[in-house]
Amino acid sequence: MLGKTANGLFWMYRYLERAENTSRLIETGQRIALTRLGASDDQWRSVLQTAACEQGYDAQYEAVTKDAAIDWMLRAGDNPSSVLTMVGAARQNARMVRTALTHEVWEAMNGTYMRLRQMLARKVAERDLPAVLGEIRQGAALVRGATHGTMLRNDIYNFARLGTFLERADNTARILDVKYYVLLPSLMHVGSSIDNVQWETILRSVSARGGFRMEYGPDAGPRDIAKFLVLDRRMPRSLAFCTRKLRENLGYLGTSHGARLPAHGMVNHIETTYLSHGIEAVFEYGLHEFIQKQLALLAGLGRQIEIDYRFFE
Amino acid sequence: MCGPSKASQMTETPIFDEMWGNDGQLRAPYGRFQNWLESEDPKRLRAKQREADDLFRLSGITFNVYGRSEAEERLIPFDIIPRIISAREWQRLSRGIEQRVRAINAFLFDIYNGQEIIKAGRLPREMIAQNEAFLPHMLGLRPPGGVYTHIVGIDLVRTGPDQFYVLEDNARTPSGVSYMLENRETMLQMFPELFARNAVQPVQTYPMDLLHSLAACAPESTHSQPTVAVLTPGIYNSAYFEHAFLADQMGVELVEGHDLQVVDGRVAMRTTAGYKPIDVLYRRVDDDFLDPLNFNPESQLGVPGIMDVYRAGGITIANAPGTGIADDKAIYSYMPEIVEFYTGERPLLENVPTWRCSEPQALAYVLEHLAELVVKEVHGSGGYGMLIGPAASRKELAAFRAKLKARPANYIAQPTLCLSTVPIFARSGLAPRHVDLRPFVLVSPAGIKITPGGLTRVALKKGSLVVNSSQGGGTKDTWVLED
Repeated sequence: MLGKTANGLFWMYRYLERAENTSRLIETGQRIALTRLGASDDQWRSVLQTAACEQGYDAQYEAVTKDAAIDWMLRAGDNPSSVLTMVGAARQNARMVRTALTHEVWEAMNGTYMRLRQMLARKVAERDLPAVLGEIRQGAALVRGATHGTMLRNDIYNFARLGTFLERADNTARILDVKYYVLLPSLMHVGSSIDNVQWETILRSVSARGGFRMEYGPDAGPRDIAKFLVLDRRMPRSLAFCTRKLRENLGYLGTSHGARLPAHGMVNHIETTYLSHGIEAVFEYGLHEFIQKQLALLAGLGRQIEIDYRFFE
Repeated sequence: MCGPSKASQMTETPIFDEMWGNDGQLRAPYGRFQNWLESEDPKRLRAKQREADDLFRLSGITFNVYGRSEAEERLIPFDIIPRIISAREWQRLSRGIEQRVRAINAFLFDIYNGQEIIKAGRLPREMIAQNEAFLPHMLGLRPPGGVYTHIVGIDLVRTGPDQFYVLEDNARTPSGVSYMLENRETMLQMFPELFARNAVQPVQTYPMDLLHSLAACAPESTHSQPTVAVLTPGIYNSAYFEHAFLADQMGVELVEGHDLQVVDGRVAMRTTAGYKPIDVLYRRVDDDFLDPLNFNPESQLGVPGIMDVYRAGGITIANAPGTGIADDKAIYSYMPEIVEFYTGERPLLENVPTWRCSEPQALAYVLEHLAELVVKEVHGSGGYGMLIGPAASRKELAAFRAKLKARPANYIAQPTLCLSTVPIFARSGLAPRHVDLRPFVLVSPAGIKITPGGLTRVALKKGSLVVNSSQGGGTKDTWVLED
């Protein structure tokens, strides 16, 4: 397959994943704004940070307000990480790699884009927000489902999956990067429970509040949340889960290309050095330092995949 | 716009409607269709027409408009009333098309190897020597399989039950075949019952026919199954959808110039596992942009050095560079002579009478009768830069007269043909609109293959004769009935 096509697939799925994650962050912010007394616009700053679009926002606006923050993340053309920009970019990449996609995947992608473009043509009224956010996640699920159900398990599929899991791991790491302090033992409130608003933010941001409670019980604390998001291999957004998927998909590519490339070594290194020990080791390393390190490693892995598989000349 | 005219006998006939004839009597090929149509609720049909638009949009069957913002993708309007051609009519047409395409290939071979037609005095030397479409690089070069035009589109118009004319030949990179295929898909999906009642000759084999035809033209040095690829100028090209569609349907790679490189004397594409050589390149990039080392040095769309590989027999380029000399509008006027010269037969398909404005007498006539004529640029396409005399204002006529006088050799003129009509499904019901037809022809050493039917383009504006999609034209499914 063409290096250009691998590149297009990789980014199509990255952008799609990022759009979905951003919508989840907005939903979390909105939920907390509506259900917590005393929740202020300040908390939207941390949502902007997590969605990695705080800088652009500050260049455009004087202060953080809920309306402006949501609009910025949802549909601002000037924001390269807004949902609308992302979905447009995902669809543009899909057009570029049209020959590598099944009809179903293309139509799911194109249909999602067409619906969202219409829904996001104007500023979204608060009462329409749930429907819009739902559409984003359903659209992403539709593309992912069509991919899962109709695409051959070949190189094309593997590059699509690499994009998905690299972006997802990056996203989970960013959520932890912004919120790591609430998980540190020193800041643990006496008798705190899962009801802590900050913890809830984290869990909702990865759509895992129920799952976490089910697996870790009602008395679980911040250390467990860290463990859940970093090391739990059952959790499809954890760093360990995503990294294992990256290793597997790179492994299939290695087999089909008959070559072990530097990216294979890098992903093994991430997994064995950082994700094969207990959560104690992570805290010993320093949670913040650990997350920073993961973000750097993931970025490096992304660059190496581009080189190894000749995305560019 | 049709009606009496001093310019030509042809336009004095009333408008011929392919469904209702000249006299309002339903023509035979439309019999079963009309039965069905009568039993249909117009409301349901209107809903179906909207459904068709949604299907096209979802499939992304759009074209980009030149000079508009990158994001703008437009639908070519699709009309649900098919254009129906009888088996007998089609047999006649396809014989004529095959003859013409054979002659075009023989002509190209001759022009680049020997120029017998000039030596025989049947074509003036300056028609070639001073023609921008003539490519000296091709002199003495014999493309693999002797094929120049692997894919040809012959634009036909009809003026009566038995009068067909070739309006122009498209021997470079004819487009529109994806619409032919998608129009049929859409009709099959929306009106399956129609195809149960009417035996319509299938068109869906085209992509595989194209692949086989291209593979059969691979360089002689190709040993295994030839590697075919489609070269597109990229995602912003107006026909990008079609390029992707054809590559997808054939199951071959869609490449851009920056994916390709000359490696070890072969043109190769950059894959995730290194460079892989290509045997046959179906290019949808114009000659001028094909090779910055040999042609336009500014081109980002082509492959530096591809012409050197081509000359050495390392790749097949489809269509061959330099084929534009055969579909040039000035050469067009010589097509009857060209067909006769190479086939030894009388042309089966008629040319539209054409005045070459480069000839002083013809120019004088054209200037005098401008208001009755259609004037076209010799190298123009897409309906740009043409004048339709009867529809032009005085001011437009005066402006065009000045252009003609300044560069007469740049223009040809033809009588305003009274194109046939086929009904469209308009808001008020069926309404006749002018149409043309572009059948698609594949050429390989194994033979000439013509897909039954082709692309019917329809001018959606009442009375308009301009069917080009860039000028607001639409398309219809084209049926050729089984015998």
